[in-house]
Formats: sequence, C-alpha cells, structure tokens
Amino acid sequence: MKKLKIGDLEKIREKVRRTANLRQGKARAKITVHMGTCGIAAGAREILSALLKEIEKKKLNDVIVTTSGCAGLCSREPMATVEITGRPPVKYVDLTTEKIKKVLNVHIIKGNIINDYALAIGSERTH
Amino acid sequence: MQDLSLHILDIVENSIDAGAKKIEIIIKENIKQNMLVLKIKDNGKGMDKNTVAKVLDPFYTTKKTRRVGLGLSMLAQAAKEAEGDFNIKSKKGKGTTVTAKFVYDHIDRKPIGNMAETIIVLIASKGMNVDFIYKHHKNSKSFVLDTKILKKELNGVPINNAEVLNILRENIIKELKRIEVLT
Repeated sequence: MKKLKIGDLEKIREKVRRTANLRQGKARAKITVHMGTCGIAAGAREILSALLKEIEKKKLNDVIVTTSGCAGLCSREPMATVEITGRPPVKYVDLTTEKIKKVLNVHIIKGNIINDYALAIGSERTH
Repeated sequence: MQDLSLHILDIVENSIDAGAKKIEIIIKENIKQNMLVLKIKDNGKGMDKNTVAKVLDPFYTTKKTRRVGLGLSMLAQAAKEAEGDFNIKSKKGKGTTVTAKFVYDHIDRKPIGNMAETIIVLIASKGMNVDFIYKHHKNSKSFVLDTKILKKELNGVPINNAEVLNILRENIIKELKRIEVLT
C-alpha cells in the first residue's frame, strides 16, 4: 500500500518553524466549532474549512481552531465559540461560511463582537 | 447527513470524545464484489455490553446536553437503506470498532463525499493530540495517510499549521484521484 509521503513538507518545515511557536501555547484567540451530529448535519465541516482557508489567507499564526460536541442548541447550528485571551467567550449561532469569515475579520482581528450573530456573551469556557 | 464523509466525521468525533489517541478510518470500495465497507477503529475508553446494546437507540445518549443520540443510528440506517450491514464492537478500556457495509451500486447508497475535507478538519482540530490513520482502498489501488509518520517528518512543526494543512489537502486529493476515487 502506498504511503502518503510529502516532499513539500520538508521544504516548508524551516519556514513554518519560524512562526509556528505562536500556535503552541501562545495563541491569542481560540475558535471552537461545535461538531456534534447536529452541527455536522447543519454544515459545521464547511464552517471549519472556510475558517481554515481564511486563517491561511490572512496568515494568522496565533489563532487556534478546535472542535467540541453538541452544546444542546441543535436548532441554532452551525455554532462556534470565540475566546480571546482576557475577554469573555462569545457564542455565535446560525453560521454560514460568509458569517464565520466576518467573525474572524471583525471579532478576532479587530476585536469587535458581532452582536447580530451572537447568541450569548460570557458563557462557558472550553479550557 | 448528505454523504458518508460526514457520517465518518461524526463517528470519529465520538471516538475523540471517548478519549481515543489513535483512530483508524478505513474505506474499502470493491466494485467486483459490489461492496463498500467503512470501518472506524479507536483506542478510546470503550463501552460495556449494556451500553453497546443501547447505542443504536436514537433516544439513548451518554451526553448531558440533549436527550437524543443520533450519530450511530443514522449511519446504521444509511447502511440498512443500501441493503448493507452495521456492526459495533467494543471492549471497556480497549476501544471501539464501528463497521458499516453497503451494496456499492444500490440506488439508495449515499455517496462517499469529500473525504479530503473530513480528514483535514480532523487534523486541524485534533491532529496535535490524536493520531489519525486514513486508509482508502479502491479495487486493487490504495493509499494510506498516517499523521504519526507525518508529524515525525515535520520534526516539531505543528501538523495543524495552515500551510501544512493546505499541502495535505492537495496531496489527499491527488492520491484519491490516483486510486480513482475522484475523477
């Protein structure tokens, strides 16, 4: 069976290492996409993929993306929780790929909560 | 769920919730035998016999946030609709293996969907703490992605780095084209 071996990984290894330390423990923000059965059925995978592409586009090295299970509000999926160091977490609901990109650009990068998309501010933390 | 890649993502999320550190995702497409097999094998905390007996009940869940547990029962239903079979084996403290079989050319068999995106999403969100092995066979062709090996090759660079993920995505798509899963 052919094993996936990727030469390009070696090429970028040194380049990435210079900025990668931010990603390991020095993150400024964390986005948790709720990936329960309800979230996945409602489009959570596309939300996370759009987020990853936008993070790469903006070259953000200090944003952690992770997943969690169902938060109990299945009808409001896809959902994501944004946590910025030193600020209360914000839970966003009824997300689309466009909305999550806006959350990244307006909330994470500029620091302004998007009230129109937010369900709650100051709910539970995931760490 | 629209396709099997989303079911797989859902079942793997169960494995992650069960504390698995190594998760194998195996897809076998055998057109000659007219069969598609999905297998998800983890080394999580496993379940006792009583729990295994209840997991296909959509109104049974161990979670506290809601009263339904649809993930496994929906995959079992998808297999049943395509005249297939569903099986779950688990041992407390050892892990769980979920197997779903489908008649390949059945009109109600769901498409495989975007496996590259399912794998990338898993690596991006949990790849630092969990090792994923993705094996995809189609007839006589196959490939395997093992994040433990990739992490070794990356030599300390996080596997969830955006540039690394992009290269992985491109390579998975390339490999799926090589084994004729994607055209």
